[in-house]
Amino acid sequence: MQPIDLRGVCCPTNFVKAKLAIEMADVGDVIEFYLDDGEPVQSVSRSLKGEGHKLLSLKKADGYYVLEVEVA
Amino acid sequence: MTQNSGKTTIDLKNLKAGGFIKELGKDLFTVRLRVPGGRMSIEKLKKIAKVAEKYGSEGVHLSVRQSIELIHINFKDFDAVVEELAEVGQEVASCGPRLRVPVACGGCEYNPNGLMDTQQAALEVDRELFGSMTGHHKFKVGFSGCPHDCPKAAINDVGFVGAVRPEWNGENCLTCGLCSGACREGAIVPGEDQRPVFLAENCLYCGDCVKLCPAEAWHVLKKGYAVYAGGKWGRRPMVGTLIATFLPADQVVPIIREILSWYQEQAEGMGRIRLGEVLLQKGIESLLDRLRTTFPNSVKLETTAPTVIDRQIRGLNSAEC
Ligand code: SF4
Ligand code: SF4
Ligand code: SF4
Repeated sequence: MQPIDLRGVCCPTNFVKAKLAIEMADVGDVIEFYLDDGEPVQSVSRSLKGEGHKLLSLKKADGYYVLEVEVA
Repeated sequence: MTQNSGKTTIDLKNLKAGGFIKELGKDLFTVRLRVPGGRMSIEKLKKIAKVAEKYGSEGVHLSVRQSIELIHINFKDFDAVVEELAEVGQEVASCGPRLRVPVACGGCEYNPNGLMDTQQAALEVDRELFGSMTGHHKFKVGFSGCPHDCPKAAINDVGFVGAVRPEWNGENCLTCGLCSGACREGAIVPGEDQRPVFLAENCLYCGDCVKLCPAEAWHVLKKGYAVYAGGKWGRRPMVGTLIATFLPADQVVPIIREILSWYQEQAEGMGRIRLGEVLLQKGIESLLDRLRTTFPNSVKLETTAPTVIDRQIRGLNSAEC
């Protein structure tokens, strides 16, 4: 699946977009999300975990974060 | 204790704890309602709306401390207002030199940041201590669920902020980097093999790492309230000082009781004075010593005095005022 670029998207729109992307995927798919530093990376990651998805990794890229999530 | 002037009958015991505040207009009062933690059932809300419509004006006022205030109530209607509100268990708040209705944020029930059940704590303090006479001045208590501290706990006489002390267990760690990426305080940095290193001196005890870690490698070592004493706002603001850490929820009422009794004793003969100013004059160590016997695991070894906030409005030069 293509990475989902949520840079420049505010909370909670970024999370809602992430949820919509996950709805299109199958269980076990791995999706990458690009997230801004600060509140977005914090709260989107936590909310996805809270909904039962598996967070695989978070890597710092140039000015943003790449979050890897396995759909549950 | 009913007072009858021949024309008007008022039950004076309703007025005992205050909560009836004189307005500008003749015979008119604001009636401040008791809403601990700002939480209210729909049943009460509906009743309040009915009472406000019947005895008040076109609206109500939401106070800065989470109370609903009925405005423009004629004092002749006090008994009726109290009686009708009592049908749903709604009471009137307090004013004067008493412990006020505690304020609290939503806490941890549904707020993703929340660490402690502030609503529960506010209800308990309200039940046990509401209206306690201080003998000196008002006494405010507030609760924040986490270090975001939306309710600004430290500007209460006693303020509580939920906190978590995280601990890392290397065995479970997947070296995914989530915690070091997400900690906003720089308290977790990637070390050798990308394994997280905890820099305790930077930690704010927000618990984000525990909530985020997919492998439960971060867990809660300690959880409780950070306690601040001596705060106030108003004409001469002060920010309260940290006196205890990770205080368990069941110690909240006991510690307030103890602080209150220190305040009652120490402020004897000082007139109408808030806790913070007593702390400045008598020294914070006196309070810490007193609390240490009962709360040995939570009270800080040492701390600073409450911070006086100088808003620089005094001493304006003639061109400025
Ligand atoms: S203090 Fe924390 S728990 Fe309370 S409302 Fe703010 S963010 Fe939520
Ligand atoms: S509790 Fe908060 S500040 Fe402390 S290490 Fe965890 S995320 Fe960082
Ligand atoms: S979030 Fe958990 S699993 Fe990931 S690096 Fe930190 S401690 Fe290890």
